Amino acid sequence: MSPRRMNPARISLRRLLHNRHWYRFSRNSLSLVGLLMVLTITLAALFAPWVAPYPGNAGPGVDFAHASQPPSRAHWFGTDISGRDELSRVIFGYRVSLSVGVIVLAIAVPIGVVVGLLAGYYRDWVEMVLMRVTDVFLSVPPLVLALAILGVLAPSLRNAMLAIAAMWWPWYARLIFNITRTLTGQGYVVAAKVLGASDAHILFVEILPNCMASLLTKITLDIGFVILTAASLGFLGLGVQAPTPELGSMVAEGAQNLPDLWWMSVFPGLGILVAVLGFNLLGDGLRDLMDVEV
Amino acid sequence: MTAPILDIRGLDLSFDMFEGRSHVLRQVALTVGAGQRVALVGESGCGKSVLLRAILGLLDRRKRVMTGEIRFDGTDLVRERESGLRAIRGSRISMIFQDPSSSLNPVFTIADQLTEVILRHGTAKTTQAALALATSALRLVAIDEPERVLASYPFQLSGGMNQRVMITMALINRPRLVLADEPGTALDVTIQEQTLRLMRRLTTDIGAAVLMVTHNLGVVREFAEYVYVMYAGTIVEHGPVDELLESPRHPYTAALLAAVPRLDGHSLPRPIAGTVPNFLSPPPGCRFQPRCPHARPACDAPPPMLTVAAGHEVACVLHAEKVAA
Repeated sequence: MSPRRMNPARISLRRLLHNRHWYRFSRNSLSLVGLLMVLTITLAALFAPWVAPYPGNAGPGVDFAHASQPPSRAHWFGTDISGRDELSRVIFGYRVSLSVGVIVLAIAVPIGVVVGLLAGYYRDWVEMVLMRVTDVFLSVPPLVLALAILGVLAPSLRNAMLAIAAMWWPWYARLIFNITRTLTGQGYVVAAKVLGASDAHILFVEILPNCMASLLTKITLDIGFVILTAASLGFLGLGVQAPTPELGSMVAEGAQNLPDLWWMSVFPGLGILVAVLGFNLLGDGLRDLMDVEV
Repeated sequence: MTAPILDIRGLDLSFDMFEGRSHVLRQVALTVGAGQRVALVGESGCGKSVLLRAILGLLDRRKRVMTGEIRFDGTDLVRERESGLRAIRGSRISMIFQDPSSSLNPVFTIADQLTEVILRHGTAKTTQAALALATSALRLVAIDEPERVLASYPFQLSGGMNQRVMITMALINRPRLVLADEPGTALDVTIQEQTLRLMRRLTTDIGAAVLMVTHNLGVVREFAEYVYVMYAGTIVEHGPVDELLESPRHPYTAALLAAVPRLDGHSLPRPIAGTVPNFLSPPPGCRFQPRCPHARPACDAPPPMLTVAAGHEVACVLHAEKVAA
C-alpha cells in the first residue's frame, strides 16, 4: 500500500470497483440501465467522427436531394430541411452537451466547495457573508438568472456555460457547508488540530475527502440537469449558435417544422431525455450505494 | 518534586453566551512535574475537559475570556499566538481521546495518518523514514503485524487496535506532556486496562508527563502519582494519590469516594445529591455548598487553600475551623 495520501477521487473509484460495492450497485437494475446509457452516450460523443454515419453533416452544409426525409434505413433519425443526417447531428450534439456538463461543473463545484468549506469551518462572520451571498443567488430562479446574464453578455456557448456555472455553485456551497458543519465537531478533526494540523490541512485533507461521497453523487446527478439547462438555453437560442449541432437548438429548429417533420424535434428531444435520465439513474444508484444525502 | 513542565496559576475562564457570562474555571492552580503522572478527577460537566482544551488553546478565541497563566516549559500558553500553539500541539504536547475510532479519519489508512503526523513536525524527513518509524512504533504498542495495521483503514480495526494507534500517534513525536481525556472510556474495561498499562510504560520510556482527566477513581489509583479533585471549575483538593484516597479532607472528595461501586460491598454506592451548579450564576464562595452536608454561612466566602499534609492541600472551611480550634 502506498504510504502517500490517496487521491480522493481514486478512493471513490476504488470503492466503486471493489467487488462488494459493485455487487450492491449491480443489484439495482435501474442503476445499471443508467450506467449503460451514460457509457453509451459518452463513448458515442468521444468517438463521434467514427461512430456517426455521416460525420460531414456535423457542420454547415446542404444536400437538398436528401432534405426532409423521414427515418429510413439510410437515415435512422431522418434528415433535416437542409438534408443533414439527424442521427449524426444528435451524436455530435452529445459532444457539446457533455462538455457543457463537465465544464460547467468544473467551474461551479470548486467555487461551491471552497465557499462551503470556509463558511462551515470558520462560522461566525465568514458564514454570514458567504452563505448570505449564496442565498441571494439561490433566491433568483436559475433560468431567469442565466437569461439575465446572457442578456448582458452575447449569446455564445462560452457565455452560456459561465451563466449556468454562476447559477450552479450555490448548491454546492450549501451542500458542503452543511457537511463541513457536521464534520467540524468530529473526533478526527479535533484530533488533527490537537496534533498540530493547520487550518488548510484540516479543510482540504481531513474534511474534504469525507465530503467526496456526497460530492460525487451530486455531481453525477447534476450533469443531467446541467445538460437539460444548457439545452433549454439552446432552445431559446441563447446557447450554441448554428451551425454547431446542439440538442436544444435542434429541438427548436424541429419545432418550427411540426407536425410534418416530427423526427426533427422528437429525436433530439429523446436524446436529451436519455442523457438526463441516464445520469439521474446512475446518480440515484450511487446515492444508495454510498448512503449519502445530497 | 521535579521542576514543573506544566504550571497553571490563577486561571480564570469564562465564555460569553447569549444568556450572559458563564464562569467555567475559577482560580485554577495546577502543577505537573516533568515525567509525572497526574490525574484530574470530578463529575461530568465540572470543567475537566475544558481545562485540557484551554491548555492546548482549542477554545474559540472569540468567545473565551481567559486570564491567568498556563506555563508550559517556559511558554505562557494563555498569551501564545495560534501559530506558536500549532507548533507545540502534537510535538511537545499531545492528546489522547476517549473514543479512538472516531478520532481517526475514516478515509485514510493508518499509514497515511501516522506518517502525516511524523512529517508535520519533522521527526522524520522522508516518507520512507516516517514509515519505518511508524512501523517500529506500532511494534512498541504490542501490535504484532504493523504492516497489516498500517495498510488498514480505521473501520477495519478493532477499538482496542485503534486505541493503540491513537497512543502511537500521540507519542511518536516524543512530547513532553500528554493530555489524556478519559482514554478508553468508550471501550470495554479490559481494553481500558491495556490502554492504561501501555500509556504508563510508554510515557515512562520517553519521559513524558501525563495529565489525565477521568471520573474513575480506580483509574486514578492505578495510574496516577498525584491527583487534583475538581468541582464546578474549582480545584477543591489535591495531593499524592495514596494519601488523598486514604484520607480525603474535602466533603466533595469524600462523597466521590462513597459513590464508587465496590465489588466487596453489599450496599449500593451513595450518589451525591443534586447536580453541578449552573456556571452562569454559580454559588458564591465554595461552589459545592448547595450539595454539601456540612455547609455553613462561612462557605459564602472563597475557601482558603490549606496544607493538611505533605503536598496535600484542601480548600474547605471545615479544615480552617479545625486549625483554628
